[in-house]
Amino acid sequence: MEEETHTDAKIRAENGTGSSPRGPGCSLRHFACEQNLLSRPDGSASFLQGVAEKSRERLIRNTCEAVVLGTLHPRTSITVVLQVVSDAGSLLACCLNAACMALVDAGVPMRALFCGVACALDSDGTLVLDPTSKQEKEARAVLTFALDSVERKLLMSSTKGLYSDTELQQCLAAAQAASQHVFRFYRESLQRRYSKS
Amino acid sequence: MAAGFKTVEPLEYYRRFLKENCRPDGRELGEFRTTTVNIGSISTADGSALVKLGNTTVICGVKAEFAAPSTDAPDKGYVVPNVDLPPLCSSRFRSGPPGEEAQVASQFIADVIENSQIIQKEDLCISPGKLVWVLYCDLICLDYDGNILDACTFALLAALKNVQLPEVTINEETALAEVNLKKKSYLNIRTHPVATSFAVFDDTLLIVDPTGEEEHLATGTLTIVMDEEGKLCCLHKPGMFPPLQS
Repeated sequence: MEEETHTDAKIRAENGTGSSPRGPGCSLRHFACEQNLLSRPDGSASFLQGVAEKSRERLIRNTCEAVVLGTLHPRTSITVVLQVVSDAGSLLACCLNAACMALVDAGVPMRALFCGVACALDSDGTLVLDPTSKQEKEARAVLTFALDSVERKLLMSSTKGLYSDTELQQCLAAAQAASQHVFRFYRESLQRRYSKS
Repeated sequence: MAAGFKTVEPLEYYRRFLKENCRPDGRELGEFRTTTVNIGSISTADGSALVKLGNTTVICGVKAEFAAPSTDAPDKGYVVPNVDLPPLCSSRFRSGPPGEEAQVASQFIADVIENSQIIQKEDLCISPGKLVWVLYCDLICLDYDGNILDACTFALLAALKNVQLPEVTINEETALAEVNLKKKSYLNIRTHPVATSFAVFDDTLLIVDPTGEEEHLATGTLTIVMDEEGKLCCLHKPGMFPPLQS
């Protein structure tokens, strides 16, 4: 049976950390999530966020391997297939979110949930969370982080462009704040799904 | 006795050393292995360098060829890196198409070149819209003992500094390129990115320049590439490995 849960979450997160010239209001774009939409695989999810390749695959795979309790399923292969429906920026972060939701939907035991957050730094140092394709192209640097749900630890990072270490700390702090919203969205969408059935 | 313990419980054996803030090969936690560089050893390449970080050996050869530029970037040349991890460097690699680790390393080097702007691609232009240089950078690992990314970045930088390109003029009448092999000039290297790799142990300890064994026992690895102004070109943290059951 296919359960459709559309959770609209327009979130605004104020970023007051660091020494950037204007305090930017970082907002994440509109989220939506559908679960269990394919009947054959054990679990599936499509993650829409706002509107790669071996290295991207390896990043996602290593992040999943770090959280999945593989020892509970010996001699088992867990295949995560990600199909890009549309790319409107922050693709790697969206892939990470989709992978996590699919693993939850499949019932794979994990030690923590994880989420992906992307941020872009433009030429005058303004931080933009969850950049669109246009913002990514014009940015001086684009940083994508995978954070876990237990302690907001950094599981994976992939960066493009030049930036200083203070800017890195700023981006990391902003990503950790934004990850809270993503985890809350996971919880809400799962609650909604299981409360209906 | 120690060798037996090391085989049975490699992680515990390692932890005993880490408690004393040192490692089995006698290094401190923040110490690099002995590094040697040999520049210009390959006479058939336009630029070459051999780097040894302890036992890890990487050789880089740069060949320059002509190419037509793409239509959306008519004044930009190309720098094409390729990292090869052949079976001779370690028993974990098989012959055949490049494995995942080689592809990830190639992508990493391409990202470092792109992000750090080590060479301005416009410098490789001979005639806009018609002819540009393409630099094929081949990095081959001869001995794999951990920390391949640092060695590759270093070898690439050293080889690019060694590259000498001949002067090329386009003959107006025949529209052909004329190469003057007697007049060669070095490339304009704008920044000098340096990679530093760390291995993370038990989520708390950071160890610089891990050997092959240390990489295998670690919880995760982290590579940071910085240029001389202190700007970060790349922060490569490809996830954590699942903790080894000890």
